[in-house]
Amino acid sequence: MMYDWLYNLTGSEILAAVIQSLLPLFLFILPFALFAVLLERKVSAHMQDRLGPMRVGYHGILQTVADIIKLVQKEDIIARDNDKLFFNLSPLIVFMGSYAAFAVIPFSSVFLGSNIDLGLIFIVAVTGLVVAGILMGGWASNNKYSLLGAMRSAAQIISYEIPTMMIIIVVIMLTGTLNLYTMSEWQTSYFWNWLIFGGPGFGLAKFILIPFMMMSALILFISTLAEVNPTPFDIPEAESELVSGYHTEYSGMKFAMFFLAEYANMFAVSAILSALFFGGFQSPFGYLGNLFNVPALIPFEQFFWFTAKGIFFVFVQMWLRWTLPRFRVDQLMTFCWKYLIPFAFVILIIVGLITVLL
Amino acid sequence: MSLKTEEMILNMGPQHPSTHGVLRLELKLEGEIITDVIPHIGYLHRCFEKHAEAMTYPQIIPYTDRMDYLASMYNEFGYVLAVEKLMGIEVPERVEYIRVIMGELQRIASHLVALGTYGADIGAFTPFLFCFRDREHILHLFEITSGARLLYNYIWIGGVSHDLHPDFLRLTKEFVDYFRPKVKELNELLTFNQIFIDRTANVGVLPAETAINYGITGPNLRASGVKWDLRKDDPYSIYDRFDFEIPVGNGEKGTCGDCWDRYYVRVKEMEESLKIIEQAIEQIPEGDVTSAIPRRVKPPAGQVYSRVENPRGELGYFIISDGSVNPKRVKVRAPSFVNLEVLGELCKGHMVADVVAILGSIDIVLGEIDR
Repeated sequence: MMYDWLYNLTGSEILAAVIQSLLPLFLFILPFALFAVLLERKVSAHMQDRLGPMRVGYHGILQTVADIIKLVQKEDIIARDNDKLFFNLSPLIVFMGSYAAFAVIPFSSVFLGSNIDLGLIFIVAVTGLVVAGILMGGWASNNKYSLLGAMRSAAQIISYEIPTMMIIIVVIMLTGTLNLYTMSEWQTSYFWNWLIFGGPGFGLAKFILIPFMMMSALILFISTLAEVNPTPFDIPEAESELVSGYHTEYSGMKFAMFFLAEYANMFAVSAILSALFFGGFQSPFGYLGNLFNVPALIPFEQFFWFTAKGIFFVFVQMWLRWTLPRFRVDQLMTFCWKYLIPFAFVILIIVGLITVLL
Repeated sequence: MSLKTEEMILNMGPQHPSTHGVLRLELKLEGEIITDVIPHIGYLHRCFEKHAEAMTYPQIIPYTDRMDYLASMYNEFGYVLAVEKLMGIEVPERVEYIRVIMGELQRIASHLVALGTYGADIGAFTPFLFCFRDREHILHLFEITSGARLLYNYIWIGGVSHDLHPDFLRLTKEFVDYFRPKVKELNELLTFNQIFIDRTANVGVLPAETAINYGITGPNLRASGVKWDLRKDDPYSIYDRFDFEIPVGNGEKGTCGDCWDRYYVRVKEMEESLKIIEQAIEQIPEGDVTSAIPRRVKPPAGQVYSRVENPRGELGYFIISDGSVNPKRVKVRAPSFVNLEVLGELCKGHMVADVVAILGSIDIVLGEIDR
């Protein structure tokens, strides 16, 4: 629908596709990052008996705008012994890796960047690029803290990709598709059709699946969370040990790019979780558009539900971040290899048996 | 083929978020494993002991404030006790009670900073702000008493600078009632959090024998299971009148003397301090607080060593007087300085993240180490 309109407007297939893929980025994710930074500061402040930013605008709503202006004005420091090529490339790759994931995330039945059939694999692939960016940044900074942070980060992200992929395989076995849009369509209408409640239909398999799906959702949440490094998984940038980890040496806009990528990642985690297990853009209670017979309303409702789910999980992440202490690097690895991966394996086998036998 | 590996030397500090001031640690690393830690101190050296030789006795009190700036009241307390012992001054009852109340409030305030920053070191930032919120109540009490929030110059030789604020006792009582549930809140949020326990239990174990050999005192020694507290074992002032327990570490979550024990001993000590404050508020008599202050402080020639149980351990003052208005020598036995020495021993074989956990659990104040 949107693609046809863009095709008519530009008259070129490639241009239309590129513009459509970039739309979610400019229409949603960049403003969202501004919003999320403010949300984080407000949430943390209220959890800690503080008020948070109060000066810039009503209750500090313009604080992040002011912060961005400040960051743009900052001097871009490149030290003499930095490896300039990789030092400059690193924030770009991290930024690109985090933001490219949004191209395939379905915000509603019409508002999605590109409806490709390998959507899930695409997300895993592009977010995998982030590791390369982080390693580059850590190495090129020529700083021991950055290097330690980057090494930890690489080990962490690669380890946690394994349980993530296993749960994704579980989901693929049940839905039979890698396309996120089809996946969301599949979990249609009411919340008991969501994958966390065993998917659509009322067969025996659905009820057996429910506990496994809940565990899968939890494992997916934890392992994707660990890939994007907030507390309790923030050991790569553990402030009290490694100052800021791999981005210690960055300043100005380059730092802002790491910073924005982090907040984009927070939403990406939530978006993947809600697209796979919580019905994606589907409303939990049916649509007002159907009720009042106004089909044009439905995409807007879907957009609302998707962002609402996304922001809810972003809030959960902030909640965890401001409550829990940080793991140590070996404990983090133990947690992944000794708990998450075996559990994910068991779920994989059981769900496989269920899909074959029932 | 064998890979060529190299020992990495990492400088932690003097500007680093979790060295608790301007401490520089030279870490020798094998990957992330520590092979050696060398602390470098002296970035905050202010020649306290040399300065003291040129000052009159009362003039030294503000300098003692600036040593352990998180426990200023207790530094003054220890110093004036030493001078009073040298001069043989008897102070009025009310003064004794005021000093004890101030000292124990200061102990709670100091432990709150220690526990809060320890949480921040481990990565939990919220307990830090909760602790500072509660400490604020104590600082307010100090402010209405002495006019200052950090460096008080309140306890003088032979008395205190002036009497309590009329609201002080009521507010202190309110604080005690307010603070009891907050300790519980801290325990729920941080102390018994499984990640926190994983990070601190069995880390940096300090056996009792090693602790004694290194001369460790205070909560760090008690966490290793040694019941040694000067308030009970060598009572000074009027501590023998109060009923309170000495909490010791028992390896509840790991090994006796690990970081978690050092942390938890402080939590329990805050509760004991509350008990002392409650009893002191009930017993405090009326009276003049400045009557015993000597007009001219000129101790007879001689020497004295006096020690008190500071929030961080045994704070000792060794003063030599030659009979003039200036001391000939003031030597301070600073608990943080002595406690820091054990760091290298504790860190060996642990990871970089554990250095932060161990350093935080020793709870040093650089102002006192460097003086």
